[in-house]
Amino acid sequence: MRKVIGEFLKGIIKENPTFVLALGLCPTLAVSVSIINGIGMGLAASFVLVGSNLIISLIKNFIPQRIRIPCFIVVIATFVTITELMMKAYSPALNRALGIYVPLIVVNCIVLGRAEAYASKQSVVNSFFDGLGMGIGFMLALILISAIREFLGKGELFGVNLIRGFEPAFFFSLPSGALLVIGLLLGFFNLFKAKS
Amino acid sequence: MKRKLIVSSSPHLHKDESVIKIMWMVVVSLIPAGAVGVFVFGLYAFWIIILGIITAVFTEGLIEILTKRKVTILDGSAVLTGLLLAYNLPPRVPLWLPIVGSFFAIAIGKQVFGGLGQNIFNPALVGRIFLMASWPKYMTAFTKPFDTVTSATPLALLKEAKFIEQITYLDLFLGKRGGCIGEVCIFSLLLGALFLLLRGYISWHIPIPYILTVGLFAYIFGGKTLFSGDWLFHILSGGLILGAFFMATDYVTSPLTAKGQVIFGIGCGIITSVIRLWGGYPEGVSYAILMMNAVTPIIDRYTKTRIYGTRCAK
Repeated sequence: MRKVIGEFLKGIIKENPTFVLALGLCPTLAVSVSIINGIGMGLAASFVLVGSNLIISLIKNFIPQRIRIPCFIVVIATFVTITELMMKAYSPALNRALGIYVPLIVVNCIVLGRAEAYASKQSVVNSFFDGLGMGIGFMLALILISAIREFLGKGELFGVNLIRGFEPAFFFSLPSGALLVIGLLLGFFNLFKAKS
Repeated sequence: MKRKLIVSSSPHLHKDESVIKIMWMVVVSLIPAGAVGVFVFGLYAFWIIILGIITAVFTEGLIEILTKRKVTILDGSAVLTGLLLAYNLPPRVPLWLPIVGSFFAIAIGKQVFGGLGQNIFNPALVGRIFLMASWPKYMTAFTKPFDTVTSATPLALLKEAKFIEQITYLDLFLGKRGGCIGEVCIFSLLLGALFLLLRGYISWHIPIPYILTVGLFAYIFGGKTLFSGDWLFHILSGGLILGAFFMATDYVTSPLTAKGQVIFGIGCGIITSVIRLWGGYPEGVSYAILMMNAVTPIIDRYTKTRIYGTRCAK
């Protein structure tokens, strides 16, 4: 049981997919304009991660070694399709905001990376918690980045204007602002790691 | 025997120059242009310059203390960055703009890379394009000389193909036009540049090809038909002279060899002209210099000089 908790927790800080593994930066750059988008993307990716990790771990013994990547992609794409259709049905506004980046979860390197490096070698229970931890770690990173960007770039949090008279720096809403914020946060994470 | 023969390694001839001295000399050479800027646009411009400098120095010191490095606020480089940033601002920006810009220029443009000598991009220009991307409405609000009435810069008027007020070349040369604080008076900029050139602090290899390229492009493509452009207007307006002599020549971010510097200057000229003539912005000097900053390592690699006594590398 303790091992399972460890598998779950490692995705949040120690092996955080964004800040430590530096995976999935493309959707991170693109959707972290506002916190709502960040949470939406994080939830969608978490669902896909958990689902694909679970299925791939279940069928790992039947997948031929040489065509494993296409097999993983088929499983992942199934879950992405489910996510996208659900999102279109129940929150079309979020789907519009995330745009092409919802179907692009198929090629999100966190999902494929966990399938290849973890789920295809580990037990079902471990893979489930690994996917959950990684998904939540990804979501927390997205929330952190998008909170900074939304506050500095629009002067808002959750779409609510916080300080009157504060003139937001539009730069942080641009992709270059995302690169800067992620770069600085990566730097702080490394500093934190080097100290501890 | 008091005097011993001391055999040391080269260089044996020392010149009484140092980074600190050169930085302060560049600051001094920029004073006339700023003085004219303050004269043309009023005392408010003076406070913009002062705030830019103070913030730059303060930020540099603060970061160096926090990261436990040697505090180098007196070497003049932070003063120069703050000064150049303020020179690149319109004369009526709110006073917090130079503060934010200077902070960004020093913190992100310079200290993140490790301080003086490590930065890839010219810090003052990093600060400027950050402000440009963040608060375009302030960064494009220019005023008429000797007045607080807003008006566009000559280049912006040209871009919008509006009626251009009668601006003579002499007005442009002396600084009687809308523009950023430090860029308007070509005469005093050239005075400062001449001083730097004569003292050997900067060489002609970057600014002259830069300016000539812009002139050539303007002459060929700037007019209604080919080869009829107003090349002198393009050279005298915008931030070209300030950028070419004082920002493109930054030691840290420009190539080392003469050949590389000429390539750098021509590249800056081409990018500036392309932005001015066909781009979305009226002025492209800062973007041109930053883009060429980015390719400086490649230029340096391909213009390496042969070490004396060795064969040519194949």
